[in-house]
Amino acid sequence: MIEPDVLVVGGGPAGMNAALAAANAGATVLLVDRFQNLGGQLVKQTHKFFGWAARGAGARGFELAQKWEGEIQNHPRIQTLLGFEVIGAYKDGIWLAADLEDFYKIKPKRVVIATGASERMITFENNDYPGVYGAGAVQTLMNVYGVLPGERYLIVGSGNVGVIVTYQLLQAQAKVEAIIDVLPRLGGAYWVHAAKIQRAGVPILLKRTITGVYGEGRVERAETIGVDEKFQPIPGTERTFSVDVVLLAVGLMPLSELLFELGVREYYIPELGGFVPWHDETGRTSHPEIFVAGDVAGIEEATTAALQGRISGLQTALDLGYEVNKDEIDELKMLLTQFRRSSLSEKVCQGLERLHTKGV
Amino acid sequence: MIEVDGVPTFENLKTSMPTEERMRKKAVAMHECYQDIPCDPCVYSCPTKAITMETLVSTPRINHELCNGCGLCVAACPGIAIFLMELKEDRGLITLAYEFVPLPNSGEIVDGLDRYGRAVCEARVERVYSLPGIDKKTKTSLVRLSVPPEKIMEVRFFRRRE
Repeated sequence: MIEPDVLVVGGGPAGMNAALAAANAGATVLLVDRFQNLGGQLVKQTHKFFGWAARGAGARGFELAQKWEGEIQNHPRIQTLLGFEVIGAYKDGIWLAADLEDFYKIKPKRVVIATGASERMITFENNDYPGVYGAGAVQTLMNVYGVLPGERYLIVGSGNVGVIVTYQLLQAQAKVEAIIDVLPRLGGAYWVHAAKIQRAGVPILLKRTITGVYGEGRVERAETIGVDEKFQPIPGTERTFSVDVVLLAVGLMPLSELLFELGVREYYIPELGGFVPWHDETGRTSHPEIFVAGDVAGIEEATTAALQGRISGLQTALDLGYEVNKDEIDELKMLLTQFRRSSLSEKVCQGLERLHTKGV
Repeated sequence: MIEVDGVPTFENLKTSMPTEERMRKKAVAMHECYQDIPCDPCVYSCPTKAITMETLVSTPRINHELCNGCGLCVAACPGIAIFLMELKEDRGLITLAYEFVPLPNSGEIVDGLDRYGRAVCEARVERVYSLPGIDKKTKTSLVRLSVPPEKIMEVRFFRRRE
């Protein structure tokens, strides 16, 4: 039995920062991630991050991961358990982390869930063919393992994930035929991200959806069709793309199954990506000993995930009686508010407001 | 249109474009950042304090008279949305951040691409160099292209020829 002050589930930007904040305040921390390395999605992010220059903006995602990973590995109060998945949470306060051969029982005093998100899927004919990938899988293959899964790509979805992975594919010298989106305008991508792939010659085809992929047992071509205002297909607007990969970047959902198991109060908030646990400003859920930070608390991005992680980590330490400078928590909350003042965060703010008007 | 596909139109460009007179004097930075992204590295990269921003989520303002054309902001901008512009008698010079390998060679003839990736003219790679990003450690490569002077507001990327 491992008995840390704080168990952090997930080693992405939120989890790493929660672990560091709690441990810096004096708490002992166990940080568990199901992958062999820390960093979460950050390790695949080769673009420069927005944010405050004074707080590391301009660094590339994987560089941020390396920095925090270094701090964690040198920290005397943080123990990491990598390659293990937290698969169960029980009412008596015991958590279970396991790989295929081994398991650990953990009895923490506080828990920060920072499990991130999972990718959405859409339906079209043969969408189980080899060659249909989620954006995250292609990023992992390409940017972590150095393997390009195909030569010619059709990207579905014009959010930030779709345009950023397109840019990374171009950097890897792949051919991206087009990005399609069913919406009449960009599906959430920042204008500058969308602009930089279009000037490199990748068209964004709006009001268009994928109907199927075809080939000899794997993707050899993709069929698409234009849609009207009600997203209904318009006959005569069919267009075929000769591609070997169809990459889906159609949104993310909070990965909150562990919280379901414990009966933590969740609400369906579309602006936050689906079912999200109710939580207060420090990430505390309806279960007073369990916190959430990052995408599991509502789909957003890495900078806000890191700030939320810091706040939750400090709050767990404060709960347990460690000395925490409350000004630091206030400053982090202020930074979060500042960052979200952008119109780009409007949806998230509306979602959070809706979540907060609901009861615990 | 920028709200539809993120690509700025002339209406957007007009709000951040240096005057022709200024571009004839020497290189000057022009940003194409028209959205309230929470981001400020350009401000802190500028040695002459020519770039200002009211809050983190404001769009930058570049004082073209204070700008000395050093290009540090071009390398620092996470959105790759700042370019250097310079007008000579017979050509326009555009400096852009380039995150692809292999890098082109000085003197290479390439296709100048517009904001939609359409080849609009022949361009020549004048110089390839690296400047520190905002964290001073990582360096971003900059490429200076020369294009026909009337294409200086049109060309924003290039394609190497086979």
